[in-house]
Amino acid sequence: MIKEIREPLIFEISEAGKRAAELPALDVPETENLLAGAPLRRELEGFPEVSETEITRHFTRLSQKNYCVDLGLYPLGSCTMKYNPKINERLSAHPAFAASHPLASADLVQGNLEVLKKLEGFLCEIAGMDAFTLQPAAGAHGELTGMMLIRAALEARGNARKYVLIPDSAHGTNPSSAHICGYMVKEIKSNENGTIDLASLAQEMTDEVAALMVTNPNTLGVFESDICRIAEIVHAKGGLVYMDGANMNALTGVVRPGDMGIDVLHINLHKTFSTPHGGGGPGSGPVGVKKELMPFLPVPVIAEKGGRYVLDFDRPRSIGRVRAYFGNFSVIVRALCYILTLGPKGVREIAEFAVLNANYIRKSLEGEYHLKYATASLHECVFSDKFQKEFGVTNLDIAKRLIDYGVHPPTMSFPLIVHGALMIEPTETESRRDLDHFIEAMKAIAKEAKEDPEVLHAAPHVTYVSRLDEVAAAKFPVLRWEKKA
Amino acid sequence: MSYLSLSDKDKAEMLARTGAAKIDDLFCCIPEAIQLMRPLDLPPAQSELELVRTIDAVGRKNSYVGHLSFLGGGAYDHFIPTVVDYLSSRGEFVSPYTPYQPEVSQGTLQIIFEFQTLVCQLTGLDIANASLYDGSTGVAEAVLMAHRVTSRDKVVLATSLHPQYREVVRTYIKNLGVTAVEVGFGPEGRIDAAALAKALDDKTAAVVYQSPNFFGVVEDVKALSDAAHGVKALSVAVVAEALSLGLLEAPGRLGADIATGEAQSLGLPLSFGGPYLGFMACKKDYLRQMPGRIAGETKDTEGRRGFVLTLATREQHIRREKATSNICTNQALCALRATIFMETLGKQGLRELAWQNAQKAAYAADRLASIRGVKKKFTGPFFNEFVIELPQPWAKVDAGLKAQGLVGGHGLGTDYRGLENAALVCVTELKTREEIDHLVRTLEEVLR
Repeated sequence: MIKEIREPLIFEISEAGKRAAELPALDVPETENLLAGAPLRRELEGFPEVSETEITRHFTRLSQKNYCVDLGLYPLGSCTMKYNPKINERLSAHPAFAASHPLASADLVQGNLEVLKKLEGFLCEIAGMDAFTLQPAAGAHGELTGMMLIRAALEARGNARKYVLIPDSAHGTNPSSAHICGYMVKEIKSNENGTIDLASLAQEMTDEVAALMVTNPNTLGVFESDICRIAEIVHAKGGLVYMDGANMNALTGVVRPGDMGIDVLHINLHKTFSTPHGGGGPGSGPVGVKKELMPFLPVPVIAEKGGRYVLDFDRPRSIGRVRAYFGNFSVIVRALCYILTLGPKGVREIAEFAVLNANYIRKSLEGEYHLKYATASLHECVFSDKFQKEFGVTNLDIAKRLIDYGVHPPTMSFPLIVHGALMIEPTETESRRDLDHFIEAMKAIAKEAKEDPEVLHAAPHVTYVSRLDEVAAAKFPVLRWEKKA
Repeated sequence: MSYLSLSDKDKAEMLARTGAAKIDDLFCCIPEAIQLMRPLDLPPAQSELELVRTIDAVGRKNSYVGHLSFLGGGAYDHFIPTVVDYLSSRGEFVSPYTPYQPEVSQGTLQIIFEFQTLVCQLTGLDIANASLYDGSTGVAEAVLMAHRVTSRDKVVLATSLHPQYREVVRTYIKNLGVTAVEVGFGPEGRIDAAALAKALDDKTAAVVYQSPNFFGVVEDVKALSDAAHGVKALSVAVVAEALSLGLLEAPGRLGADIATGEAQSLGLPLSFGGPYLGFMACKKDYLRQMPGRIAGETKDTEGRRGFVLTLATREQHIRREKATSNICTNQALCALRATIFMETLGKQGLRELAWQNAQKAAYAADRLASIRGVKKKFTGPFFNEFVIELPQPWAKVDAGLKAQGLVGGHGLGTDYRGLENAALVCVTELKTREEIDHLVRTLEEVLR
């Protein structure tokens, strides 16, 4: 990485008359008074003018200012930054898929419908659910869809109810998704093990509560061992259980949400099923349901009729569409390819190796970093900066210093129940060498925290930019380039 | 599996460090009663070569790709310059997470900043976000945003707004006490102004219209914005064919308060409907109500320019249930593709491309309307798609065309009562004069 060379904005290198693309000459007779009656713009004011060489250099240089999974360990907790298989990129761009139009009639896109139907079936088997919709475009979109399904099912029973219970360890999207679905949120406290406190759940679970949203394993990486009892408590009062499947990577082939009392869940294909995060999307958040909720699934539902796939729109109790067309199709193709590559044994190995790697890190760093909860954890572990605070070093300093050691920082300051959290999820694809490098870096930083805290406060030292002033960014927002007057 | 990187020796030593005798012991916190005691019922693992064969075979079942197609309606087939695929497939762009650590994410952040700038320039508005899932959810988010800004509970939707977008809006607002009323269209294919005037009142949060609309017709954005502002409602312009903004006046300059829509046209393949690229821009007054991620410029400790995700206090991970939206992951890689596409086409190229689309569509519409019994359904100006009306039901004509290897358009009968004989025909720069003429000749034969 060439640290010192600053890459300008494309607008700053633009010069009138340059271009990076030529079009063929128009091959139809020109119509005069084109678009008569519609106001046309004189020019695309501010749009850049550069050559193809400059485009290629600009984006290649910018790419070198990013850290990524292809470069090394990316242990963001609850984000499941695993390796993205390259063949899935190639096959998702297969011309037969890439060129197919979403409004084409079903008889012309049987292959696409087969992809969707197959993945639905695989996810049903892996999650132990009765049906899936692949329409949601991301995890949070899946949550929203799932809560809409719950609302519709409860309305059908006669009362949509008012509240949704969410543990204090949950992802921020959970309360937000419940709210957009018209529910008020009540928080459930965690107990000393970091899991849901059954007594407070039983107390809060009234006949005004629509659902419990649970993440299992939770954001501490801890499995809710009482999950069956939890589901019983909710079901006994006529509520439904929603599971945030963000942490499904710990469970594949080992235990299925559908077998532990879960009524609805979403899965992140861009976590458990290896599709790339793309610097913030596109993702895909399929939602699985049990039988009772199937009539409410978004339209269209793909059905089989006489050996052909057809689109079923005749679903009067459906919540409707949550997105145009069929979801993030090429992401779905990648996930299908991944499951076909892994097979039954490989899918179980996801969980096995993810849990082994996380526990290896946990054991290796215990004592160096504070572990608030002693409870056994699965695919991730949450340390805090409590020991380092004594020397004035925070989790932010530790995270930024890790960058100097060539590793991406873990998730910080989350879950909220651990103050100064460092939430580490290595995933199953990492080598011993990369895991050990991370462990050694964390140990070295713990040592530096005692001996030379200044070096941590000023970290990172090797990057294109040093720490950025986020307060100023929010206080005096500059959100676009503008031509200097 | 080849994506695992531990040797048997590593595994044994690492297990020893965890204190577990075998891997299964690491799962002892999961009650045995619910553990899956059988292998998953999935097909056996395939090698890369087998997988390629499997997917090739599935792909061959898509007979669509062998057809000459004139489908549009929110998803458009455009040429994608090679640099778009080449640069956007770099691992440094494909495999990072959301740029939470700005010091090691300057590439992605600067690109989002450039994308926001381009969206502002295209739409003629002050600020733009880092992207939304797609056009349909963009409209739903804009409706919720207008509801927050105005504290009003009713939205007016144009019937000429993409039918699937309207469905998504209805799904989103159902549980929030917001209602939608629809306003139809006149013979021009534009919103019926009299009906609109009737629908507007002091409870209206927004007028939501698409331009070019689902029939390809360019709406009178200025008149619609004036009408919305007349009752202090927001004017929400939806653009499903982002390329049209290369030629048409920016909605922000015609009075739109929010512009949202679909930017698939700008460098994304059709890919059976996704992933696509929702965008949103608005006047700066509404910044705090904007959903989604936003990148901003700032300085590092040494005074050098850098970019960060900013204004996070609007967002779910900070505000939890009080957030402006529950959106978290968006469509960053799609926004990257669109950024490369827009910067490659550039100031001249994007305009020329839009102009060629309009020219080809105008030629095709005239030629089709010259067939006996075929006419242009609407009289309003159109961009790269238009509605033709036939002397018989489209379903029948469509079958005849398909038999000749043609997908001539999108039938409107399913979504619009009374338009059973009509179809939406889209003509982009990819269609040659010969192909357009071929459609005309074949339709003539089918109708004979």
